[in-house]
Order: sequence, then structure tokens, then C-alpha cells
Amino acid sequence: MRTGRLVEASVVLLSIAAALVFWEAISRTGVISEKDLPAMSTTFRELWSLIQTGSFWLAFAQTVRGWALGLAVATVLAVPIGILLGSSDFAASAFRVPIEFLRPIPSAALIPLLFLTLGTTLKSEVFLASFGAFWPLLVQTMYGVRDVDPIAMDTARSFGVGRLERLYRITLPSAVPYIATGLRISSTVSLILAFTAELFMGLPGLGQKVNFAQAYGLDTQLYAYALATGFLGVAIHLAMSALERRALRWHPSQRGETA
Amino acid sequence: MSRRTYTLLKIGAEIAVPLALLAGWQLWTTHAHSVKFPRLSTILVQFKDMWLFSEFGTHVVPSLERIGLGFAIAVAAGILLGIPLGLSRWARLWAMPHIEYWRAIPPPALLPITILLLHSIGNRQKVAFIAFFCLFPVLLNTIDGVRGIDPTLVDTARSYGLGPLERIRRIVLPAALPQIVAGMRNSLSLAVITMVLAEYFSSTSGVGYVLLISKNTFQMAPMWAAIVLIGLLGYLLNVLFILAERRALAWHRGWRASVAG
Amino acid sequence: MLELKGIGKTYSSGAKATHAIGDISFTVAEGEFVCVVGPSGCGKTTLLKCIAGLLPPTRGEVLVRGRRVDGPPEELALVFQEYGRSLMPWASVRNNVLLPLRHKRLSRAERSRLVEESLDAVGLTAFLDHYPWQLSGGMQQRVAIARALAYQPTTLLMDEPFASVDAQTRGDLEDLILRVRDEYDITVLFVTHDIDESVYLPDRVVVLTHSPTEVKEIVPVDLPRPRDQLVTKELPEFAHLRGHVYRLIKREQESETPALEATDVPHAGTAV
Repeated sequence: MRTGRLVEASVVLLSIAAALVFWEAISRTGVISEKDLPAMSTTFRELWSLIQTGSFWLAFAQTVRGWALGLAVATVLAVPIGILLGSSDFAASAFRVPIEFLRPIPSAALIPLLFLTLGTTLKSEVFLASFGAFWPLLVQTMYGVRDVDPIAMDTARSFGVGRLERLYRITLPSAVPYIATGLRISSTVSLILAFTAELFMGLPGLGQKVNFAQAYGLDTQLYAYALATGFLGVAIHLAMSALERRALRWHPSQRGETA
Repeated sequence: MSRRTYTLLKIGAEIAVPLALLAGWQLWTTHAHSVKFPRLSTILVQFKDMWLFSEFGTHVVPSLERIGLGFAIAVAAGILLGIPLGLSRWARLWAMPHIEYWRAIPPPALLPITILLLHSIGNRQKVAFIAFFCLFPVLLNTIDGVRGIDPTLVDTARSYGLGPLERIRRIVLPAALPQIVAGMRNSLSLAVITMVLAEYFSSTSGVGYVLLISKNTFQMAPMWAAIVLIGLLGYLLNVLFILAERRALAWHRGWRASVAG
Repeated sequence: MLELKGIGKTYSSGAKATHAIGDISFTVAEGEFVCVVGPSGCGKTTLLKCIAGLLPPTRGEVLVRGRRVDGPPEELALVFQEYGRSLMPWASVRNNVLLPLRHKRLSRAERSRLVEESLDAVGLTAFLDHYPWQLSGGMQQRVAIARALAYQPTTLLMDEPFASVDAQTRGDLEDLILRVRDEYDITVLFVTHDIDESVYLPDRVVVLTHSPTEVKEIVPVDLPRPRDQLVTKELPEFAHLRGHVYRLIKREQESETPALEATDVPHAGTAV
């Protein structure tokens, strides 16, 4: 119902507006000192002026680059390996222990190592982002391949459909929703790690800007850049979720990880 | 190949592959003679010296405390907020823009801000940081779990005169629990990550701090020992959680198995 | 004892309005067993939910012992078709049957007694500590019935409770419900789409039209009690009643969907 949509949209807008007003209020009235929390209007003004500088967009693009490369490398590695491991029960068991152990390692722990090996280069950022993004995608791909409907497979086999053809006609399409979910999760991880690399290693990007702002006590700028990073995160998340929904549309609802 | 041979080979591979990887690691690092990549054996010795148990109390315990407290707060808040949000469409509409924003922002972006707002780099700031971001997996999963409850179950409870609070306690919470627990698992691994980030950024104690200091002073073996410890921590916490989950949700596995036919 | 006065339920409004129920009125006397049967999709479940107080009717009212139904009344217990979805998978059979007793003021001993008695009435005493999903479909439905009985209702509302169960189990469950009705002396309103069942069980059959649903006819069932799956179903009276109800429903179904009219196909022996 169209009126329903309108009401929903206005609730959303109202909610956002209320939060912004709240922010302005607690800062201006000094509930939290304006030094610690610049007012909403001040922060947005700062963000507005930053947006008009080339350096902002350069940093923005650099973070997007780190995210994209990290996700791409992770995908190129995780999907084929995931398909391999998912299709072979033997291989999956053989590598189960190493995967279970490497998977929970917080990639952030590798930062010092990267400092000392690859150094403060884009390679470090991409390595960090792809290392973290690799695991969720690998696991999801494996699940997807394993979750193929055995009846569909048996039917194909009984019709003499060859192994390779079964792979791309039945297994892959059935695994696509899982891979899409994996991409969404990995995308989030990749962004976090690209930003982390910039923040902690001084690599160019939004993370570096946040670091500088903090180091030089430019609090308003700090908040402005954090805000902008949040918007980037939302944009990427919405895009990947939309992609995921499209992939899920062709299949009965699959349960992946939610957050 | 007989079934039995296959199973034996499989188990053999499960044991052999990790061992082979470890052996490979030791061989490569011995051969490489690189300062940055000390031998596996050296790392293990360093690990034993540091973490068992001299530095355990100074650094591992504070880190675990922060994880524990942050996680606990996140779970409690996630469930308490998630249930009403799952039940009420309007509340969800109102809250969703905010949830979508805060779940999407990369946590490190807020590290300097938490320090500013809380005037501290101590436990308060760390726990707040961890708790804030670990809230979202639990919150989102609770909302999904509550929304996915079978209406037949709720109708049954209503028809037997159970009031809203009773329904939440006896139907909503248990029914949503499997989903909530999945969220808790994600939250726990996020807790380890955010703990490391927070400590690495600014701290005077903790595993992340050790990581930072050893890098700054170019002490390779301690740095590697810290990395191994963090990995081990993540792994152990995950395993412990899964064990607890198995016990608590035994009914769920049985039920899904019977439904699958 | 249970009165339906002009019940109507409409969803949406204006041009898109779906009249699930048009106008249904009938009465169920104390201790009666009444079946409700009708063509598929005629809103039988909606009707039952309105009676049970789970759904407010758009028009009309339901009276239980003279009092208007506003929410789930204390005297009514509902048994759904999908037993698997109405039983709590995380609780044992015992705790499932305990559910309706939770908010009643009873002592622990009283509650225990009620649980044990009702499980005994359905023959599941041995499964007190099992989980519902460990039991077969028929047994799970018996748990749902035991739960309804433990609630000590005056009236049982049943929504196609045996539809998801295999035919042999269904016969057992039908006889179970008849036994239970006699033992507990309760009123039963039983919705079904199985025509045999709708004649075998009750004292009267309410036949519904297609939507917007109304009462087409109320057929008294004079078959001797106690009913028996073999003896009763061999009676000519049974076949007659069954045929009558079947014809009523068939006519309803045909009047709703445009029938595929047999065209005059030329065949041997007729002049085209």
C-alpha cells in the first residue's frame, strides 16, 4: 500500500532527525562538553567543507581501493578453494583443523608483523584486508557447495551428466546464495581491516585522516572523518546486501550468518 | 577402496596435514634464517616463558576480563533490546536507521572518539568499546530470531491465556534462543578482535599492548608469541562456546533432525 | 452454550476486500459434538480463530455461556492441525502439557496430577519425559490433546487435528476423542475437511458454503453411540448421511469454480 510506504519512510526520517537533534542538544547544552563532542551542526559543517577538498576524496578513494582489492583477492582465493574443499569430503576433513585454527585469528594481530615485513605499503593493507575477508567467504562457499540437494545430484547422475557439468549446472547455482552471503560478510571485514591498516600503519586513506586528526587534537575533524567512514560503511553494506538479496531471490530462503 | 580404508585414510590425513604444516613452518623458518621469522621452536619456547605463567596475570587476565565484561554487557543489552524490537514493527522501523549505521561503521573509526568521550584509556573505555560493537550481532540475531517464531506457537500460548510477559518468558525467548546463540558466537569472536584493536591503539596492559610494545622494541619472538596467543585465545573461546552451545541447544539439534525427515 | 451470532470476517477494505466469512450463525449445546465441514478455503480456520478469541470478527459476536468473547476465553481449549508447530520443541512432553496450567492458581501437586491424568487419558504416560520430536505424528497430536484436557476446558475447539496424520492413526485418534469426550463430558467443536470423519464423530454436522462463507445446512447425525470404525461405517444410515454431506459440498465447490463444461463431443452413435 502506497500510504503504508509513505508512513514508513517518514518514521525513518523522523527517527534520524530526532537523533541528530538529540546530538545537537546534548552537545550545545554541555551535557557532554563541546570539546569532547562537537555539536552536530559543527561536525556537519566541517564535513561539508572537507567534502569540498580534493584530499578528502583522495583518502576516500584510497580506502575504497583497499577494501575492493582486499575483497577481490579474498574472493579469487576463497571461492575456488571453497568449491574444492566443499566438493571433496576427504580434502575438507584433511584441512579442517588448520582452517578451524586459522579462522578465528584476529587479523589485527598481524599488523606488527606486516609492519616489519611488507612495510607501510598498499601491499600490507591489501594483505590484511584479504586475509580477514578470506575465511568467512571460504566457510560460506564450503557450506554452499555441501548443501546441494542430493536428489538433484542423483537425478543428474542418473541422466549421465558428467562431473564438471554437474559442478556448474547444479552445485554452483545452488551455492550462489551462500557465496553472496559470504561476500556481504567478507566485504564488511575487508572494509574494517583496510581502515585498520590505515589507522594503525599510517597508510593513506580515511583511517590515516582519523589518526592525524586525533594526533593533532582536531576533534571536529576527527568526528567528521569518523562520520564519513560510517557513511562509507553503510553504503557498502547496503550495496552488498542488495546483491545478496538478488542472489537469494532465486532460491528458497537460506540461513547464513546474520551479522 | 573399502569404506574402512577410506575412513582410516581420512583420519590419517586429519592428523597428518596439521603436523605437516607445523613441520613445514619449522623447516622453513630454520632454513630462512630470518630475524623477522624466528624458528617455530623458538616461538614456542618464548610462548612458554611468557604466557605460562609469568606474564599471564599481568596481561592475559586483563584482556580476558575486558572480553568477558564487554561480551556480557553486549549479550544482555542485545537480548533486552532485541526482544521488543523483534516484537514491534514500529519500534523496529524507528530503530533500524540507527542500527544500520552503527553496525556498518568500522569499529576502529570510533577508537579515538571513545577515548575522548570517556576521558580514559583504561578498562572503562576498552569495555565500552568492546561492548558497543559486540552488541550488534546479538541484537540483530535476537530480532531475527523473535521475528521468525512460528505464529502457531504464539497462538497456542495466547489461547491458553498466557499474558505477554509470560509469553516472552516461556515461548519467545526459548524459541529465539538458537538464533540468539548464533549471534552470541559471532559476538564473541568480534570481542576478541575489538579487544586487540583497543589495546593495540592505546593501553598499558593486555595482550594487544604486548603486541604493540614488542613490535616497537623489535622483539620478534615475544611478538610472535603474542600473535600465537591471540590466535589460540580466539580458537579456545570459540571451542568452549560451541561446547556450551551443544549442551544448551541439544533439543534444537534433535528437533531439526526430526523435521528434516 | 456456544453461540455464534452473525459472524463475519473481512480483510482489507474497499475494492480489495476479501470476505473470508460472510455470515455464520449457529449454536452448540452443552455436551454436544458438532463437526464443521466445508469446501477448501472456505475460512474454517478463520472461523475457529474468531471463536477462540484469537481473531476479532468484523461483524457479529461469539457468546460462551452467555458472555461475549473478547480474547481467549477460559472455558475454551484449542487444538491445531499442525501439532509439530504448536508444541514447544525445547520442552519435554510433561512441560508441554504443563504450559496451560502455568497461570492458573494451582498447587504443584494439583498440576502434576492434572498432567498425569490427561496423559493417561490419551495413553502416553510412558512418554512423560520424552521430547515431542522424538514421538510420531499421531503421538504428538495426542500430547496436544492431553494439553488441552489438562486445561480443564468445558469446550474443545479442534482445527482439522487429524489431517496431518496417516489414515490408520486417524481412526485411532477419532475414537480417542470420542472416548475423551465421554470421559470428560466436554463440548466439542470439530472442524474437518474429511467427509467421513465429519459424519462419524458428531451429533450434528454444520456444512458451510464457499466464501463469503455461510451456513449451508445443519445435518443431524442420528447414528447410534458408541460409534465404531467398522460397525458404524457399515450402516446404511452412515452411507446415506455421508452421501448427503458429500453432495452438499460438491455442489458448493462446483458453484464456485467455473466448471469445465463438457462440450458436445461428437462420438459414435450420435448425429453431429
